[in-house]
Amino acid sequence: MVDLFELLIGKEGDADYKKKPVIIQGITGKFGSFHTQQMLAYGTNIVAGVTPGKGGQKFEQTPIYNTVKEAVDATGAKISVVFVPAKFFLEAAIDALEAGIKLLIAIPEHVPIRDSMKTIELAKKKDAIVIGPNTPGIIIPGVMKIGIMPASPFKPGRIAVLSRSGTLMYEVSYNLSLANFGQSVCLGIGGDPINGTPVIEAFDRIRNGANIDGVVVVGEIGGDAEEMLAQHIIDTKFDKPVVAYIAGRAAPKEKRMGHAGAIIYGNYGSSESKVSMYAKANVPVAKRPAEVAMLLAGKLDIKGRIK
Amino acid sequence: MRLLEYQAKTLFAEYGIPIPKGLTSTEIEQGRKDAAVLGFPFVIKAQMAVGGRGKAGAIQKCQNADEFELKYPEIMQKVVKGEKTKAILLEKMADIKKELYLSLFLNRGKRCYTIIASADGGVEIESVKNQIIREVGLGDVDAKTAEEVAHTMCLKDKSAADFVDILQKLSKITTEKEAELAEINPLAILGDGSVVALDGKVIIDDNAMFRHDELRRFQEVSDLEERAEKSGFSLVELEGNIAVVGNGAGLVMSSLDMLSDHGGKPACFLDVGGGATTDTVYEALTLISKMKKVKGILVNLYGGIVKTTTVATAFIKAYEDKVLDVPVFARMSGAEADKSKEMLKGSRTKMFDTVEEAINAAVMEVNKIG
Repeated sequence: MVDLFELLIGKEGDADYKKKPVIIQGITGKFGSFHTQQMLAYGTNIVAGVTPGKGGQKFEQTPIYNTVKEAVDATGAKISVVFVPAKFFLEAAIDALEAGIKLLIAIPEHVPIRDSMKTIELAKKKDAIVIGPNTPGIIIPGVMKIGIMPASPFKPGRIAVLSRSGTLMYEVSYNLSLANFGQSVCLGIGGDPINGTPVIEAFDRIRNGANIDGVVVVGEIGGDAEEMLAQHIIDTKFDKPVVAYIAGRAAPKEKRMGHAGAIIYGNYGSSESKVSMYAKANVPVAKRPAEVAMLLAGKLDIKGRIK
Repeated sequence: MRLLEYQAKTLFAEYGIPIPKGLTSTEIEQGRKDAAVLGFPFVIKAQMAVGGRGKAGAIQKCQNADEFELKYPEIMQKVVKGEKTKAILLEKMADIKKELYLSLFLNRGKRCYTIIASADGGVEIESVKNQIIREVGLGDVDAKTAEEVAHTMCLKDKSAADFVDILQKLSKITTEKEAELAEINPLAILGDGSVVALDGKVIIDDNAMFRHDELRRFQEVSDLEERAEKSGFSLVELEGNIAVVGNGAGLVMSSLDMLSDHGGKPACFLDVGGGATTDTVYEALTLISKMKKVKGILVNLYGGIVKTTTVATAFIKAYEDKVLDVPVFARMSGAEADKSKEMLKGSRTKMFDTVEEAINAAVMEVNKIG
């Protein structure tokens, strides 16, 4: 299995350690170009853009190619961030995975579920990781950001944040930063019902990171990702502190609350079901985003030692 | 998009899944004509996107014209769990020998379609016993799988053959129409052993609607929701009097939770989407102004990249244009927060540093207005 951290930052001694090359699909779009500038400003090593029909041109200093294959051949990049509209996502994702991309960050919202499932199926065959769709991306504070998150809420540290919601990832990280809990990695799962990297897989990918003292999981109503994670924490005897937040307690049943995946059927997907499973796994659930840092402070001292 | 029963059954019929004879109307004049065509007795079924209709009296038997005149208007007025009757389906009664359960749904955890079937149907899925569960990947259910399910359910002869046929057709609907769920409950075995879909629930993936113009005929959105969709917003109307606006579904849900915890009653959930601009916030305020029940607006924006002054400009414009006449309680993080506060001084928009403070103020002031 490919290792997420190795893809993202590589190993000490690598010529491009912490400077892994990144491709932007849809670099000339309004959204893509804006966020490319933001990522460059953060220090992300963006080496190429892809916009069919605009090959040979440049976006500021960055060369543009017609296909991901050309971009990969020219740069050796293994990471791509996709900004194309949802309708064209599947095509862009196939282009990337066939070209040898190993980490695909799928930003667009409103990707049809079948297109996501086809993408994930292909990624499995190619031994690649898909993050999203409908994700803000991944940030390793102080090192790189590949996605659309603002830089200001995050600061380097040793807490991993996994989140099904974009803005709540920023909100919770901001509160963690204020409480001096910096972050080693913040990863957006995505707000869709089908995720390239579901919560439980994301958890497994980061749990053994050498620089992690604790994990914060920001969830919401809908599905059973939190329940499965709770069981997984019990089964695998994960011994670092985990703190959770779940949005949508006050949401009515059978109403889609903004995110395609945030919907309760019967008891399936309800906040109560998630909170009670987390309780079994000794994972406290914050009542509001600002409380996450307080609950974490109850488990870890300021040096990251378990109390 | 959740199809109503009669819409799901229209799809079933198009794919050759047997359904009872029925006619749909929205007014009693048409209903009387339908009744004459069908002949008494029949069942009057409220068409609404919610479960538990039978218990709530939204499905009733009808023996004769006198009953019809009483029950049709009664069922048309029904509200079950906040859902109103959208139409009335009159349907011939079936000679039911046994009720089964059958559904195909998108299994989020396994990331594939999954069959749930049971020989003990007719109750809500949570209470369906002896569930048979089969994961079937992304494609259509093949005959072998369908036969295995029928066998496990102990179906025999004609019933087994009919069931296999229905399961395969239902699977075709899920893949071709990109459904997240296609459910038949109950699926009934009749006296002669044939199998008929007595109810239908189909949920289509909204994000795939651009490929399914043929399903637009089933789409029924309120003016407000349609306007919201055009602007790229998500809007869910709720019962209370404080509108909740923010950027990002998670953040708005979180604000809704906190508002409820503090005794506030949310009037709606409105996510303006990841970015917020002067135009999107102005459009959001315009939409909310159409909801008469709204007595105050809670705004929770996590700016980051967005300048708060961009948003403050929208409030000022909304007051100037008289789009807005209720107080706004806003928390905005992001650049130029002090400048925004200065800009909004003297207006009915109050800015707060934390969402908790904004909520406290909103609940207090709106309760005072009553």
